[in-house]
Amino acid sequence: MSEAGAVSGQRSAVSESLSPNQRAWRRFRQNRWASACGGFLAVLLGVILLWPGLSSERVAKVMPGFLSAGLHTPNEHSGELFAPPSSQHWFGTDIHGRDIFSRVIYGARVSLLVGAVGACVSLVIGVLWGAAAGYLGGRWDSWLMRVVDVLYSLPSIIFVIVLITTLHGALDKLQSAGKLTVAMRDTAKFVGLFVGLGAVSWLTMARIVRGQVLTLRTRQFVDASRALGATHTQILFRHILPNITGIIIVYLMLLVPAIVLYESFLSYLGLGIQPPQASLGSLIADGAAQINPIRIYWWLLVFPCSVLVSTLLALNFFGDGLRDAFDPRGDR
Amino acid sequence: MPYFLKRALFLFPLLLLISLLAFALLKLAPGGPFDKERAPATAEIKRAIEAKYHLDEPWWQQYLRYIGGVMHGDFGPSFKYRNHTVTDIIAQGLPVSVALGGMAFALSLGVGIPLGFWSAARRGQWGDYLGSFLAILAVCVPALVVGPLLVMGLAIHWRLLPVALWTSPAHVILPTLTLGLYFSGRVARLMREGMLATLHEQFITTARAKGLDDTTVLLKHALRIAILPVVSYAGPLLADLLTGSFIVENLFQIPGVGVFMVNSSLNRDYPMVIGLVLLYATLLLGLNLLVDVGYSYLDRRVKYE
Repeated sequence: MSEAGAVSGQRSAVSESLSPNQRAWRRFRQNRWASACGGFLAVLLGVILLWPGLSSERVAKVMPGFLSAGLHTPNEHSGELFAPPSSQHWFGTDIHGRDIFSRVIYGARVSLLVGAVGACVSLVIGVLWGAAAGYLGGRWDSWLMRVVDVLYSLPSIIFVIVLITTLHGALDKLQSAGKLTVAMRDTAKFVGLFVGLGAVSWLTMARIVRGQVLTLRTRQFVDASRALGATHTQILFRHILPNITGIIIVYLMLLVPAIVLYESFLSYLGLGIQPPQASLGSLIADGAAQINPIRIYWWLLVFPCSVLVSTLLALNFFGDGLRDAFDPRGDR
Repeated sequence: MPYFLKRALFLFPLLLLISLLAFALLKLAPGGPFDKERAPATAEIKRAIEAKYHLDEPWWQQYLRYIGGVMHGDFGPSFKYRNHTVTDIIAQGLPVSVALGGMAFALSLGVGIPLGFWSAARRGQWGDYLGSFLAILAVCVPALVVGPLLVMGLAIHWRLLPVALWTSPAHVILPTLTLGLYFSGRVARLMREGMLATLHEQFITTARAKGLDDTTVLLKHALRIAILPVVSYAGPLLADLLTGSFIVENLFQIPGVGVFMVNSSLNRDYPMVIGLVLLYATLLLGLNLLVDVGYSYLDRRVKYE
């Protein structure tokens, strides 16, 4: 942001008396790079959400030939195994002859969904935990934060493995007993993955929220609302939490790429998305498993990797831009 | 220093609590260590196996027996690798993981600190944009992406470096890069943030007002305080790196302890998991203590009561 822009932004902000969030939004739009990344993410979201419609046969008939030839569904098997990228298969095919392009689109969809929902799960746990610790203070605070300290020193992977293997075992048993259909079981596994990822990523959120609530708790507007007879719940949810939404949103945006990465790690272990479903992480893991000294199937690795990296880049730049915009020092 | 002595003494109950938590977690989960093996021929044999490993006792008694052994330096036998004790396996794998992790640590600090410092010193110029971009790029290429791409490109296509294993100095390069690159980006970002925050402080204005040149201000006055976020990140990072990484060890077939953390949790190999958890937690808590000591040395304004 240029000096002149900063000054004029400040002046107009004063004259229009904007709320801090509106000022942050204005600052964010001036950050072209972060806005471009936001645009990229919006386009990516559009493509992965519209893709099932685009790749249906009805649409394919209307499309020009060079486009419709490349439209496939992720679990469609063709006769060409390990075909390099061509006009038929834009990103090539894998060991079962499945089209990599459509698998990457579906994988990105799953990865982003897992990242977003996992971040929201950890948001709920972390905010409630941290707000409780910061607001109650004293002995409650030190006990709640000791729990966070202990959980920090326990490798999170053990937690996740125990949680997911337990869940998978129970679901498989229920399914073979005929109480669940296969589709229900797979959906439940999917939901379990969200919960597991969220359950190990809330610790930092709790620490951040606790620190913020601790400082806000002693401010005069809290005393004022208490004097007016507000209950604790009202003070916490109507007066304190709205004041830290900015920080929470920023951290949430940086949490999404972290959870996407964690899911790709779990997929590498075989605990993430279960085949034939795919995430970007499981696609990379599949590609890595095909590395051999005789033939190089570069398209199995390069395409999922570049989509993952560019998505993570955009998420990080977007989150950074938000953080700069919400930084109270940004006005100075 | 009584404060740090108190904290050091507090480590022991904390470690006990952590091991208890890990044990309870594994015990709560269904499945036992011998589920994947051939089922015992008779109930008699099954009972004999369980009695041998004390699996027939209530879980708290198993835990107390285990902790009693740990107090005497005995971490018990591994349930999965039955001819080895946990101490054996860790003693074999740990030096490899420590060597690899130590080098990745050196790489992340050696690249991250100068990169972050350089970007901050050129704030708002092209050097900053380039440095910050490189740092974010590094944060977006995890081991899972870097490792396979490096193996495919450098090792298989151009045949410059060995594909896997851990025998000669040339074998060290790819795993170290794979493991360290991501963290060098993290360190660079922290370093840049720390520098930018420090350059706003009044003692920097004072130093400039005294007429000191830029290099002296940045290196002698700012660096000491600006490096603090990196110092507090370095503690947990080193604990993480020294105990091995599953992806890197699995990808390059390196005989470290990182693979055991995952496999033993999957196999419900209780003594193995708890041994590793204790190792990790001891390193983490001990390093965090050291970080705080270093903190008060670097920033004399920090006082611990």
